[in-house]
Amino acid sequence: MRHQKETDTSYNPGWLAKDTGCSQKPAPQNNSLFGETPFDRKKRRTETLAKSVFLLMTLLIIFPLIAIICHLFYEALPVLSIDFLLKNPTRGMSAGGIWSALLGTIYLVMISLLVSTPIGVLAAVYLNEYARENWFTRIINLAVVNLAGVPSIVHALFGVGAFVLFAGMGRCILSASLTLAIMTLPVIIAATKEALGAVPMAFREACWNVGATRWQTIRRIVLPNSISGILTGIILQVSRAAGETAPIMFTGAVFYKAIKEGDLFAYGLFDQCMALSMHLFTISTQVPGVPKAIPYGTAVVLLGTVLLVNMLAIVLRVYLRSRKKW
Amino acid sequence: MQHNEKKIEIANLKVTYGGKEALKGIALDVYENEILSIIGPAQSGKTTLLKVINRTIEFIPGAKVEGVVKVDGENVMDVKSVYQLRRKIGMVFPMPVGLPLSIYDNVAFAPRAAGIRNRAELNQTVERCLRQAALWDEVKDRLDSLGTRLSGGQQQRLTIARALSHQPEILCLDEFSIAVDPVTTMRIEDVLKELRSQITIILVTNLVQQARRLGDRTAFLFNGELIEIDSNEVIFSDSPKNRMTYDYVIGNFG
Repeated sequence: MRHQKETDTSYNPGWLAKDTGCSQKPAPQNNSLFGETPFDRKKRRTETLAKSVFLLMTLLIIFPLIAIICHLFYEALPVLSIDFLLKNPTRGMSAGGIWSALLGTIYLVMISLLVSTPIGVLAAVYLNEYARENWFTRIINLAVVNLAGVPSIVHALFGVGAFVLFAGMGRCILSASLTLAIMTLPVIIAATKEALGAVPMAFREACWNVGATRWQTIRRIVLPNSISGILTGIILQVSRAAGETAPIMFTGAVFYKAIKEGDLFAYGLFDQCMALSMHLFTISTQVPGVPKAIPYGTAVVLLGTVLLVNMLAIVLRVYLRSRKKW
Repeated sequence: MQHNEKKIEIANLKVTYGGKEALKGIALDVYENEILSIIGPAQSGKTTLLKVINRTIEFIPGAKVEGVVKVDGENVMDVKSVYQLRRKIGMVFPMPVGLPLSIYDNVAFAPRAAGIRNRAELNQTVERCLRQAALWDEVKDRLDSLGTRLSGGQQQRLTIARALSHQPEILCLDEFSIAVDPVTTMRIEDVLKELRSQITIILVTNLVQQARRLGDRTAFLFNGELIEIDSNEVIFSDSPKNRMTYDYVIGNFG
């Protein structure tokens, strides 16, 4: 054992000693073979500085988020209960729960996604997998990118014109959902295209070379390997659809509506509905005399719903990525 | 040398990529059950030639094809089912591509795409192809693991196994030995020699020695033009018809 230790410390590669003399003559500043030059030291300091700045920025975005959530919960605590979720608002919004708004939001988001997901995903598959690059597809791609940046109030006006008036559906859940669907469509298309584009071209070529059709290639190789990205894109749109007030304000959401409490099918497609986002807006700006805790409670429920869906997205992604194969 | 039936006939083949000429009027025939080597420096149009034969050139935006390419006497541009055509041709490109599927599914992909569902038949095909590609012994105990997790050389042999899985009549190999070690290369070359009795092989290679070892005939492409095509005895002799061929083969050149 002792013998071994001695040989270890005195280990000295023959060629080094002969060729350079490095290992016999210690480096001037310290005893290491790989001494640090002044330039190395400067590099190390810059490295530390850069890392600290990046860390600081990360903390800067986390703290407000935590602060907001804590503040919301603290203020909302007096009203948070199962009853708050399952009772209609009463006495001019100053008491009761948010049941009709919660259910309205769920309806709006679900129906809008049921419409926009198939259209968006299939269109993106066409654009990315089938379409050849020409002026037509270039215009469509440009339109998709630009539509994603259109303010929601403009979508609202389109919804009023197209669904409420032109299609004659009137102000109802269906009109509002379709408006939300139009709003989320471009982002779903863009996210899906990006996910599909991340699948290496070589995989497709390998499939085509053995006589597989485009559809066989898409179904066996492309979709299974991009589904996690596609789902992320879709689920992120849930929070957007749930949070927007403008597009539903003129197309189907109302200030107040009482529905049967605890009944999941209390709304019909052509009913008007309440929605969390709009409810929060009205009770905090339009109605006097609402106890402070109620808008905060509404905000917590809205946030909670969105976080719940996002959590689902994260779980799905982790599951699907664990099956990702390259 | 006595020639068999013509398997592929190419006449006056021109290919341009967005105006840039890749092949400038090529004419050559490939006979049944021969190994035709194609040699030539980079950018001489070797890969383009293969892509025209199985019509995957269509997937390259801006590519234009003129001239006639016939497989089994039928113009590839007029075939009814391009998928049937591609199934007749096995393709191996230089970069190994393991599909993100299990090893088994990688090889069974083509038969399945052709509609074969019978498990016993698939098992048989997978084993035959993996054996032919000299990969069977290394992976037979883990056919369920991912094809993408194999090493580069193993993936290349997997690619070859996949190219054989749809029982092609023509096998096109484009620089197959780039990612494969010399020992495995020799094993695959032995397989190719065996396969010659059943299928026609087009071998694009940068290794002049490989062309000499394996080929019956060799074609020399340069800058999109066919400089010379002849039997190996002539090409690798001291007096091929074209001076450029001689220079390229002995390594005096570019």
